[in-house]
Amino acid sequence: MRVGVITFPGTLDDRDAARAVNVGGAEAVSLWHADADLKSVDAVILPGGFSYGDYLRCGAISRFAPVMNLVIEAAEKGMPVLGICNGFQVLCESHLLPGALTRNSDLHFLCRDQEIEITNTQTAWTSSYSVGQKIVIPLKNGEGSFQCDDKTLAQLEGEGRVIARYVGQNPNGSRNLIAGISNARGNVVGLMPHPEHAIDPLTGPTAQGLGFFTSILNDMVK
Amino acid sequence: MAKIVVDVMLKPEILDPQGNAVASALPRLGFTFATSVRQGKRFEIEVVGDPTPAQLAEVEKAAEVLLSNPVIENYVVRVEK
Repeated sequence: MRVGVITFPGTLDDRDAARAVNVGGAEAVSLWHADADLKSVDAVILPGGFSYGDYLRCGAISRFAPVMNLVIEAAEKGMPVLGICNGFQVLCESHLLPGALTRNSDLHFLCRDQEIEITNTQTAWTSSYSVGQKIVIPLKNGEGSFQCDDKTLAQLEGEGRVIARYVGQNPNGSRNLIAGISNARGNVVGLMPHPEHAIDPLTGPTAQGLGFFTSILNDMVK
Repeated sequence: MAKIVVDVMLKPEILDPQGNAVASALPRLGFTFATSVRQGKRFEIEVVGDPTPAQLAEVEKAAEVLLSNPVIENYVVRVEK
């Protein structure tokens, strides 16, 4: 299975994401933001960072990069897409996911190990976990507060599309402690904390992030 | 020369931590007038000559698609002499 990892100008976590894909057992394929070619990948990861310097709004410029037109088209046909941190912001700006990520409620840039609870294992990216499983992975963002209107929130909750929640004190002001959500079909997932930094205890707090990268393989086998 | 101005503000129901931080800094400096502060963005757009209705319609479209995120923000387009 080939998993594309997109690099925008200002992306930081593409290498860790590619490594996580390989450790998970798939083949990572580098994609460049200006390419109008998805190189026959089966899934795509939008990694974290500060694409286009976060100018205008986080993810607002990236959303119009040539490669994103193809990602949006493929995602609408069911291709698995995972957006991590800045990638989550890009998916919201692309309207592949509802809501928006805004400035952390206390204005601080956060960088810490964060416990989250997996709340939906029916998506392409979370099937390796069990419902209620708690994992610790790094959280690092300045604009990670998930916001949406009441109607959208009720819809997300009603359809079980919150895939992960922060455990304990709300780190950034996200509504309903939301750390990650999926689209209705479950192929597109956005997650604010970073599973790709927690795939090996040598370099991360745990190896509990690896499940996101093995889940897509489960999906292919099914 | 006239310019087209686009003001983008967070919707009233969206939390504005930056505005709150400004609001709490004001009284520390002795400015006691504010009961609330909201912070937004202003775009100044120049075109050749005076803006035409067609150009303004284009700017409206750009404000909807790029300059603002309609999920969390409202915008106003106007011409400033």
